[in-house]
Amino acid sequence: MVYLDNNATTPLLPEVAEEMKKCFNMYGNPSSLHSFGREIKEKIEYARFQVARFINCNKNNIVFTSGGSEGNNCIINSFFSKYKNNGKLLVSKIEHPSILNYAKYLLSIGYDIDFIDVDSKGKVLLDRLEDKLKTEKRVMISVMIANNETGIIQDIENISSIARKYGAFIHSDMVQGLGKMVIDLEKIDVDYATFSSHKINGPKGIGAIYIKDIKDFMPFIHGGHQEKGLRAGTENTLGIIGFGKACEIREKELFSYIQKMSKLREKLLDGIINNINDILINTDMENSVPNTLNISFKGVEGEAIMLYLDIEGIAVSTGSACSSGELEPSHVLLAMGLDPEIAHGSIRFSLGIQNTEEDLFYVVDRLKNVISKLRKISSVYSKGAGV
Amino acid sequence: MSNWVYSDIVKDHFINPRNVLYDESSFDYDAKGEIGNVKCGDQMIMYIKVRDNVIVDCKWRTYGCASAIASTSMLSEAVKGMGLKEAYNIKPQDIAKRLGGLPENKIHCSVLGDRALKEAIKDYIKKNGMDINMLIEEREEIICKCLNITDKDIKEAVLGGADTYEKLQEMTKIGTVCGQCKEITIDVMNKFLNK
Repeated sequence: MVYLDNNATTPLLPEVAEEMKKCFNMYGNPSSLHSFGREIKEKIEYARFQVARFINCNKNNIVFTSGGSEGNNCIINSFFSKYKNNGKLLVSKIEHPSILNYAKYLLSIGYDIDFIDVDSKGKVLLDRLEDKLKTEKRVMISVMIANNETGIIQDIENISSIARKYGAFIHSDMVQGLGKMVIDLEKIDVDYATFSSHKINGPKGIGAIYIKDIKDFMPFIHGGHQEKGLRAGTENTLGIIGFGKACEIREKELFSYIQKMSKLREKLLDGIINNINDILINTDMENSVPNTLNISFKGVEGEAIMLYLDIEGIAVSTGSACSSGELEPSHVLLAMGLDPEIAHGSIRFSLGIQNTEEDLFYVVDRLKNVISKLRKISSVYSKGAGV
Repeated sequence: MSNWVYSDIVKDHFINPRNVLYDESSFDYDAKGEIGNVKCGDQMIMYIKVRDNVIVDCKWRTYGCASAIASTSMLSEAVKGMGLKEAYNIKPQDIAKRLGGLPENKIHCSVLGDRALKEAIKDYIKKNGMDINMLIEEREEIICKCLNITDKDIKEAVLGGADTYEKLQEMTKIGTVCGQCKEITIDVMNKFLNK
């Protein structure tokens, strides 16, 4: 079995599981002032420190959430709670659905939302962004640091300086960037950022947001005074502890991780290029997180590729419409200007720490057969001619 | 592997698709039907061989997902030995049933095969100068609700010489009560008049 879907989620690290197990019986409520509560509260605060250290910020600016989607939703919610109809949200066209679909929902109920185009590599067009900042309204920009489908990295520092020029807020969804590139919030000036644990071999159902100015933040979940009153609800104690540990481990191994992934991705790409023709590389190899490779295979449909690979014990994902039950293929690839048929035939390989070179030889070998078989069935593929 | 996303029959037809036409020049087909669009993520070509109005062989190629591949494979098996009319009236639901069911959002992928088949049959009918009406199932449908007059009644009147709405009314009294069915009656009549 070869798992190449690490942008969807990753396996829990044994050391992280071990750390969580140690706390299985610490059932105290962190809000309680007695010893049971204090014991677990201390663990949570240490985890907050571990997360903050990894992204180089103060631990008081970190709020734990249930994961990336809640993080993204609550930051947009806070902005419109405060600015209402005087606020305008600008999001890139390649954001994660937890940004994009929330933005579309808010648009449908009358809020001022606009979408920013990207170029053929998937990078936000800065002049288009700047044009849209020329407004009387208070603007919040939301651009992800690394894209989940292609791995493209955005120049957040540059976007931030444009935002500052116009007095706009800036949020960055950093879920796919955390642990795959250096993220230093001392250097990247953002107002908000979103993180998730299960993309870096931590547990699921836990994430965090960075808030530069916590006085300015409006909670999404109202209730008790947990997380300084910014996110009510009894803490996911084991999740938080696991997330903290996962950050600590990846921080130590970040450079070897980047090196290993880059090397593996290079091998995978070489293998595919040398064995399969009529492909299109949708990932900008010079400017992307090192574990992600998105490739389109001409003349074949992605869901069929994915399910044939599944039968061979290989897990990947696809930008085809059929996999999601929708009619439109990947919004990211379409925004980059790719033809729908190329988007329908796209496969995302996302590598993780458990993958080896042998895994990739196996994948290339099977993939070669799968593509050849599907192209023989294909009504639109003729040898050498492409689509 | 347990709990595959589709039924075992779908999986079998997906892994071992039947009647794929790997080489067009190797198959002496009588008619061909093409449907779909790669832009929408699916495209299908179906080829049939016909003897005495019976489909004796059926082959296909597709650019499509697992459901499209499996349902077309199943369809290509099912129509062999079937009369043109029966094959023309196969419904995607019949194929889904034979496959042991398909997820609801996948039914639209499975209609591709039967739409391509319909095109192929129509192509055959056209090439051989046959009457397209032979494919239409004679299911009686009440057109005039006041007087219970069906499409079959209209067809008989047309065969009996009714070539205008007035003549049809004279012969059948259709639409002489509330008159709301006039438009549809004219449509049905024109269909039988080959207009």
